[in-house]
Amino acid sequence: MSTPEHLKYTASHEWVRRESDGTASIGITDHAQQQLGDVVFIDNPAPGRKLKQGEECGVIESVKAAADIYAPIAGEIVAANTELSDAPEKVNQDPYAAWMFRIKPDNPADIDALLDAVAYQKIADAEKS
Amino acid sequence: MPLQKSVLFAEHQALGAKLVPFAGWEMPLHYGSQVQEHHAVRRDAGLFDVSHMRAIDVSGAAAEDFLRRLLANDVARLQEDGAALYSCMLREDGGVLDDLLVYRRAAREYRLVVNAGTAQEDFAWIMRQCAQQSVAIDMRTDLVILALQGPQAREKFWCALPELRAATGPLRRFYMTQTGGMMVARTGYTGEDGFEILLPAVGATALWRALLAAGFAPCGLGARDTLRLEAGMNLYGQDMDASVTPLESGLAWTVDRAAPRDFIGRAALAVRPVTQQLLGVLLRDPGVMRAHQPLRGAAGTGELTSGGFAPTLNRSIALARVPVAARPGDAVQIGVRGRWLAAVLVKLPFVRSGSPLPALAEFL
Repeated sequence: MSTPEHLKYTASHEWVRRESDGTASIGITDHAQQQLGDVVFIDNPAPGRKLKQGEECGVIESVKAAADIYAPIAGEIVAANTELSDAPEKVNQDPYAAWMFRIKPDNPADIDALLDAVAYQKIADAEKS
Repeated sequence: MPLQKSVLFAEHQALGAKLVPFAGWEMPLHYGSQVQEHHAVRRDAGLFDVSHMRAIDVSGAAAEDFLRRLLANDVARLQEDGAALYSCMLREDGGVLDDLLVYRRAAREYRLVVNAGTAQEDFAWIMRQCAQQSVAIDMRTDLVILALQGPQAREKFWCALPELRAATGPLRRFYMTQTGGMMVARTGYTGEDGFEILLPAVGATALWRALLAAGFAPCGLGARDTLRLEAGMNLYGQDMDASVTPLESGLAWTVDRAAPRDFIGRAALAVRPVTQQLLGVLLRDPGVMRAHQPLRGAAGTGELTSGGFAPTLNRSIALARVPVAARPGDAVQIGVRGRWLAAVLVKLPFVRSGSPLPALAEFL
């Protein structure tokens, strides 16, 4: 299981990457995709939607179950990765390349307050045992 | 109670299987990708360890008479040794206790293969029913059961065991033979051609390895579930149980009332009103249907009994218990996570021998 050090994480298994344009990309972690199994459907939030931190904003369906996706930070959706509609298996193949949506943060400092790789790894390990 | 382990447990671990509890057993869910395993069976050949299923041998002078009373399908249809029959086993009130395959091994020897989760109750039920009759009941806990499924499954089996080609090559569908210390049956639970094999534990690991070497993809219970769902086959405990009859579960064809035969549940089936039926559902909107979601349509409301993603169709499908007035082709809506999604009722199966049924083409 991989947990890249340059990303931030949530306890609900999203990863967050700060982009050079000030937006944040969001996806699900390697641990999450392993737990879900083959991903077969993704329902992303529509661009323009404003989200509170922790708000339910998408669904990821695998062969096994449906999982809700929560907004790691408050902000506005500026893009959704439409490529995943036709190829949801990319979430399994390369979870950290397969971003789901991008948020323009209300407060960029919210990203810094998220979990770092070490803290997230502990949560994921605890779930596995 | 600790989970039971298949004789092949160490093989599954060595292959990196994700092992999960299932009906009291710890069995492989998948070996990496459930979807790839599903495709392997539709396009080539997959190998399943289904040793959690149970063989129950029924033998003796009264074996046929006993089974003709015990089962809703008529074992008198097994006119030759080796023939197999699918049947439900019913309660007096017509409710389904289990579904099973019965094989005629010899004139007075039959073998039932039943579901894992119901095996103990089945055995107790069978023992109670046969109390007065000269039959011997033997629950076989010593057998490994493998399913070899897919268009190339038989060829690959013969690559691994060329000496068995002569004995198993002529097998017609729904027949078995006993050869080389194994029972080899041309049956399955995927909608594809192939064999199911029952053999003693002692040779099982060697056979498992030989089959993998011959090119079988190891497949887990996850793929087994999506394959049977596409093939329109019921899963006991999910699509039917003791609260429903086979007539409400798409299995009227397995209830043989041609002969004046007093099978358990027959009297109840004659008077119990049939208000529901089991049909297929194909989702037209994006999304994934799951078991227990509600269905509504012009004929009334219903409930999904199984649902999921169908890799062969690249679409979500389900089985649903719906009012008898509902018809294939009816537009319906399914309550998926707080929204009503558009779907259509269809005849079963969805997929047979690798391909979607032609009637589905207009919806795909």
